[in-house]
Amino acid sequence: MEPASRLEKILSSGHFAVTGELGPPKSADVRLLKQKAEALRNHLDSFNITDNQAAVVRASSIGIAAILINMGLEPNVQMTVRDRNRIALQSDVLGAVSFGCRNFLCLQGDHAGLGSEPQSKNVNDIDSVQLLQALKNMRDKGVFISGEKLDHPLPRIFIGAVANPFADPFAYRHIRLAKKIAAGAQFIQTQGIFDFERFERWMEKVREMGLHKKAYIMGGVIPIKSVSACRFMQNNIPGMLLPEELVDRIKGSQDKKKEGIRIAVETIQRLKETEGVAGVHIMAIGWEEAMLEIVESAGLYPRPSLD
Amino acid sequence: MIIGKRKPLAEIARMVEPFRKICILGCGTCAAVCLSGGEREAVETASALSILLQKKGKEVEITARTLLRQCEYEFIDEFAGTMPDCDVFLSLACGVGVQALTARLPQKIFLPGLNTTFMGYPLEQGVWTENCLGCGNCILDLTMGICPIARCAKSMLNGPCGGSQNGKCEINKDMDCAWHLIYERLANMGALDRMKAIQPPMDWSASHHGGPRTMIREDMRIGTGEQA
Ligand code: SF4
Ligand code: SF4
Repeated sequence: MEPASRLEKILSSGHFAVTGELGPPKSADVRLLKQKAEALRNHLDSFNITDNQAAVVRASSIGIAAILINMGLEPNVQMTVRDRNRIALQSDVLGAVSFGCRNFLCLQGDHAGLGSEPQSKNVNDIDSVQLLQALKNMRDKGVFISGEKLDHPLPRIFIGAVANPFADPFAYRHIRLAKKIAAGAQFIQTQGIFDFERFERWMEKVREMGLHKKAYIMGGVIPIKSVSACRFMQNNIPGMLLPEELVDRIKGSQDKKKEGIRIAVETIQRLKETEGVAGVHIMAIGWEEAMLEIVESAGLYPRPSLD
Repeated sequence: MIIGKRKPLAEIARMVEPFRKICILGCGTCAAVCLSGGEREAVETASALSILLQKKGKEVEITARTLLRQCEYEFIDEFAGTMPDCDVFLSLACGVGVQALTARLPQKIFLPGLNTTFMGYPLEQGVWTENCLGCGNCILDLTMGICPIARCAKSMLNGPCGGSQNGKCEINKDMDCAWHLIYERLANMGALDRMKAIQPPMDWSASHHGGPRTMIREDMRIGTGEQA
């Protein structure tokens, strides 16, 4: 079957894929975002557009995806179930597909209580596993959650999910992944990897169950630029494991940013050598320019041309 | 049971501002058991409010009374016969009690003295915890007795989410992750396989999403059953 997107094409042809995260602005001014996207044009296969990440109000992921499409870039639309019920989620997918979005990443979303509008109502009408299943059924069976039919079949879409090998209970994490894949996930982006030993133990389970053959596993990489960034992540990002040795390494380095990039590149090198890992997903939260150097130093540049 | 917390005295003082003769109404059931609005709290609230309002130079007459249950007409009718003469009632029952009183005695004004918070039970002396949201479609059989709707901060059916760490929920390190508890419970009972099945979306139509729910038992209604 014809791949739904450039990302699917890269992965299905066996190339090591590179995606990166682009956070929409906390305004309607997209000039800076466009500059960042333009700079990364040839470095990323697809751009994840976050959906009110960390429950902080920002421009909508679908709105920003439209801008990327106009620039000839490929968005990966992140969709959380936190703020929209099943009517809005399914409707937004239709709207997004109508103007060319093909990659969708389904997430639960950080709790609203942690974000910029802590007094808001958390919707959570369906959960992330159910959203995956809903998208799959819309695409494969032409039906909505209610069973009602779409008037026309949905074009092929490429459905993704997230996985966090660093959350608990650890013994359940690969089972949850299996569940997401069964529900419809074709590609998986993991939480940022700092504790490689734990990631490796999770991957072992993933391989044991053959899950890496059922979905493309992309390892999450977060470049860190300072000790305070480490502390922020340790204290504020749910489900993050950042070992002290790593903080010490940043602390003891002359040029902290360079060291952060070096660590990210090393992580990618290890991911490339890990059986069952099909690509990387770089989340350089607010430090997008780091992605250029990381992708280049990790030997992932130039990106394969597919024609 | 229903758990509630008495409103701060300053807020109560603002509510009763226009009135002179005030009666604090305790409720002898849930509100008494959660130590927020029983007889003792009604008396305490009456005296604390008197002192506060007197300090502000307000002339008030505050009394206290307690009904065994404010949420049943039977008890309200009994109370109606001996109702004190006052300008306003401040109910320390849950929101159900306040509304039952209002419906039964529409010529009177009942103010809420309690913030009704949840359905739950006391874990230990002085600690209460929420357990049920009244979703209308109980799934406690699936999870072997731990409710993810009320106890998971995201009401997930296919949890735990990626924020669960060390058994605690991402939103608060003092709060147990409900799905971690469910995982352990199922593991202990040899039923972990249940965590593998994909639970379909919840039917929220039975929950609080279509206006107030009503339950009717035709067989129990007077004048409509077989006897009629
Ligand atoms: S599943 Fe529904 S009815 Fe059962 S305990 Fe939870 S909220 Fe209450
Ligand atoms: S950490 Fe556990 S309780 Fe908290 S939202 Fe996630 S699954 Fe629910």
